[in-house]
Amino acid sequence: MIPAAFEYVAPQSLDEALAALRDGGEDAKVLAGGHSLIPLMKLRLAAPSLLVDLRRVPGLSGIRREDGAWRIGAMTSHYEVVGGGLGLASTAAGTIADPQVRYRGTLGGSLAHGDPASDMPAVLLAAEGAVTIRGEAGQREVAAADLFEDFLTTAVGEGEILTEVRLPALEGYGFGYEKFNRRKEDWAMVAVCALVKKGADGSCEDVRIGLTHMGTTPLRATATEQALRGQPLDAEHIRAAAEQAAEGTDPPTDLNATADYKRHLARVLCRRALEQASS
Amino acid sequence: MGAPGAEAAEKTESGGNGYVGRSLKRKEDPRLITGGATYTDDMVLPGTLYAAIVRSPEPHAKILSIDTEAASQMPGVQAVFTDEDMADMAAPCPMVFVPPGVEMRVPDHWPLARGKVGYVGQAVAVVLGTDKYSVVDAAGQVVVDYDPLPVVTDPEKALEAGSPIIHDEFGTNTVFEWSLPGGDVAAAFRDADVVVEKRIVNHRTAGAAIEPRSFLAQWREGKLTLWSSTQIPHICRVILSIQLGITEEKIRVVAPEVGGGFGSKLQVYGEEVLACWCARKTGRPVKYTATRSEEMLVTHHGRDQIDYVKIGAKRDGKLTGIHARIIQDCGAYHLIEGPVIPTFSACVISGCYDFPAVQTDIVGVFTNKFTTDAIRGAGRPEATHFIELTMDALAEELGMDPLELRRKNFITEFPNERPHGFIYDSGNYHGTLDKCLEKLDLEGFRREQAELRERGVFRGVGFSTYVEICGLGPSRALGPEGWGMQGGYFESAQVRVLPTGAVTAYTGVSPHGQGHETGFAQIVADRVGVAPDVVEVIHGDTNTGPFGKNTYGSRSLAVGGEAIARAAEKIQDKARRIVAHKMEAAPEDIELSDGKFQVRGSPGKAMTLAEVAGEAYIPADLPDGMEAGLDEICFFDPPNFVWPFGAHACVTEVDVETGRVDVVRYVAVDDCGPAINPLLIEGQIHGGIVHALGQALYEQLVYDSEGQLITGTFVDYALPSAADVPSFETDRTETPTPTNTLGVKGVGEAATIACSPAVVASVVDALRPLGVTHVDMPLTPMRIWEAIQAAQGSAGPNGGGAS
Repeated sequence: MIPAAFEYVAPQSLDEALAALRDGGEDAKVLAGGHSLIPLMKLRLAAPSLLVDLRRVPGLSGIRREDGAWRIGAMTSHYEVVGGGLGLASTAAGTIADPQVRYRGTLGGSLAHGDPASDMPAVLLAAEGAVTIRGEAGQREVAAADLFEDFLTTAVGEGEILTEVRLPALEGYGFGYEKFNRRKEDWAMVAVCALVKKGADGSCEDVRIGLTHMGTTPLRATATEQALRGQPLDAEHIRAAAEQAAEGTDPPTDLNATADYKRHLARVLCRRALEQASS
Repeated sequence: MGAPGAEAAEKTESGGNGYVGRSLKRKEDPRLITGGATYTDDMVLPGTLYAAIVRSPEPHAKILSIDTEAASQMPGVQAVFTDEDMADMAAPCPMVFVPPGVEMRVPDHWPLARGKVGYVGQAVAVVLGTDKYSVVDAAGQVVVDYDPLPVVTDPEKALEAGSPIIHDEFGTNTVFEWSLPGGDVAAAFRDADVVVEKRIVNHRTAGAAIEPRSFLAQWREGKLTLWSSTQIPHICRVILSIQLGITEEKIRVVAPEVGGGFGSKLQVYGEEVLACWCARKTGRPVKYTATRSEEMLVTHHGRDQIDYVKIGAKRDGKLTGIHARIIQDCGAYHLIEGPVIPTFSACVISGCYDFPAVQTDIVGVFTNKFTTDAIRGAGRPEATHFIELTMDALAEELGMDPLELRRKNFITEFPNERPHGFIYDSGNYHGTLDKCLEKLDLEGFRREQAELRERGVFRGVGFSTYVEICGLGPSRALGPEGWGMQGGYFESAQVRVLPTGAVTAYTGVSPHGQGHETGFAQIVADRVGVAPDVVEVIHGDTNTGPFGKNTYGSRSLAVGGEAIARAAEKIQDKARRIVAHKMEAAPEDIELSDGKFQVRGSPGKAMTLAEVAGEAYIPADLPDGMEAGLDEICFFDPPNFVWPFGAHACVTEVDVETGRVDVVRYVAVDDCGPAINPLLIEGQIHGGIVHALGQALYEQLVYDSEGQLITGTFVDYALPSAADVPSFETDRTETPTPTNTLGVKGVGEAATIACSPAVVASVVDALRPLGVTHVDMPLTPMRIWEAIQAAQGSAGPNGGGAS
């Protein structure tokens, strides 16, 4: 549990941070809350040569409402997200690990890390949000659907910093979050988040479902979404749609769950999340 | 030795300030809670070298060569050693269980591997350097050339012909075969109307103490001092003396604050000896602190038994006999006492029940895994687990209520000699079960259970009625000519009244979180007439107090507490004689009351302990022939073990769609004799239950078939936190033991020994309508889900298509 040697800087501005990253080259890493990176370093599964700590960079924290969306600074802690009144995102953030981790861990860090077992990537994906990524050449907005490329691999490139998260407010949507793990503090074995908009006649006007830990990236349960859209939101239709939750997924087998068991969990959790979201 | 319990109780009341029996808050806690305690790793001596250990990634291999050159050249590195440098070691790591008449295979086991490795994580080389970071980097530069050998990790496969052999010199993977019969076992099963058999796997677990092992060794002026996070400083000194070839008086071992042990620090580790050897070799202090990864890998593991159990009974439920065949996975090498652990299962094979015949057959097995040894309960949790679950299976077979079956067979007369020779000291098994049921309201639960099942909610209740053996122990029974442990199991104490009347009490036990400083102070306070806050309890230092036998096997109070009580009684006797002399009265007329030694009937004629101490240390007017000072020693070797018991009930709810198990209620009624401090008992019961709930539901050390540990962090090794366990409903009964004057039994392991079968039985009870009759621990959601699938055939509880 002793990391390899590394350099550390805590710049005072985003420009300085970007410059430090450039100078640090490909083995430089951004440090946000550190609750994923530092354990990896202690296990020597990661050995960055330079850590660029964002904690002194101003303007990267806080939540504000703008044009029907929440704009959340990348360094906003999970704890602040929990208390931010953000519906699904607040509920999901409240299940992350334990209070110590929620106080230190950040939304931006979690998204940039791209762990498919983490809670927030699938939430952003289901909400069809986006992130702002800054590099020395300027900034760009990347949709959630394009952010998560592979296991622990995101569109945040070398020398870039994820600075802000845009989360559509999705007024009028009900939501459900079903996370399955062994201990309260664990990563999800499988989690399912659901956002449902009811039409005037009570049928499903829109539905978005995010799957956590069902592949190398967060996924949408598109088959279920398609099956339910326009249908009555009764138990029977929800159950039938949820049966397709694992369609097209190839979840990794691990110590606690085979792929078959994970697919089964995805179906059960999807049904429960949809029931919550449409109640 | 009669039944002196009553006498002691009277003395306590008359002596007393009445501190015994009260829930005083722990004296230890302010320093522990505020971070003011000093653990081994907090200490740094000038010139300290840090050690990092090169460990084998191979589970079984010959070592062809070790190249330390590159590592030696790394910045900050002072030395790199391998076994070849350690030719001056006087002896390999000892194993102290040598049962008479039993062939015990003990492979040579050196601090650094000699020629081959037998498990992943085995120490191969040590790097010493001036900071703790560079040595870790340098350890990565030691190049070891391994020639891999075939691997076996399954103990049953290791016993099969054709299995890879781990120690060529033995030609077999059998460590030992040991049997303890009692009564006519053949007749027991011949005459039974019903025989039930079960195979129960009790998986491998970790001690998982919050403080990793840490050792700081200093060699100075030809003497060795070791600060160690150990439960056994006195035993450690003996072993260091043997292994290093240093006479004992030149060795001091100190256990400073120790952050939990649970048996994992009832050990003398190779790294501990290695740190001392390195200090002697280099002339500089050497510190080794394990990382959490090393803790998981090579801090001794526990359990890992496979139990084949058979119980016979008459049709009316009267038990005729029990037989257990235990396969104990010992790992590749022994540490100090691993093979003895399953024999403690044999001690309690009779459980709370009047079996006329019992037999335990044990086979220990070498595998390419790390050593198993004592972890909280050490053999008794395994026994309770297989006895209680097999009793439930028998009840099912007989169509009898499982509690009725238990009650029909409870032992009710004490002392009670069991067929295998052990004598249960005292007990009231119906009493704890009555109280447990009173709290539980079983009828109410059964109604609720039926209603919930109508709604598809599956709840169940499980019970465990247990008895355990602890208070190790009577030396004659345990020692070389008896059980075969190479040691005595007395405990020592020294109570020293200082000239001002304050008291220092030295104990040979070595607590690491239990609260002895509080409980022992209460015992002394009542006996010498002072408040507990002026009684300082000193422990864990071989340079203070008499030789002791340290802390394990729930022995500290029943043996060490009794020793301290008796030493305090000696102080009281001497004080009485001094007061009698001063007051011109007879010693028998002096009574200790309200903190004063006074002449009976003359409250004005009294002296405090401080005044008595003044007479003792300014010995101008002592009775003729009396020595100066007020300082007494006691060695107490108990005449028997003590046998705590109780009844636990667990209510769980199973989500049959996902397999998740939630503990809804947990009721524990335990009896460890009269309480010295009920708060300390409560703490041990809570912790003990959590320990076993952890094993039942969450924790498991998993090796893959290639011999790699795949649960090497707390991410994968699912130690539960406070958020994962329920509130506990606890109560006690108090049945004194005649084994000691305090009447007390141990309680550090009792709840761990009790709990796991209640959890498993509750889940089986919940899932009975679905046809599930057996699940092995840990009850992970997937395992439960798969058991339901298997029991239901292709149609799951959701109907078809559930998988």
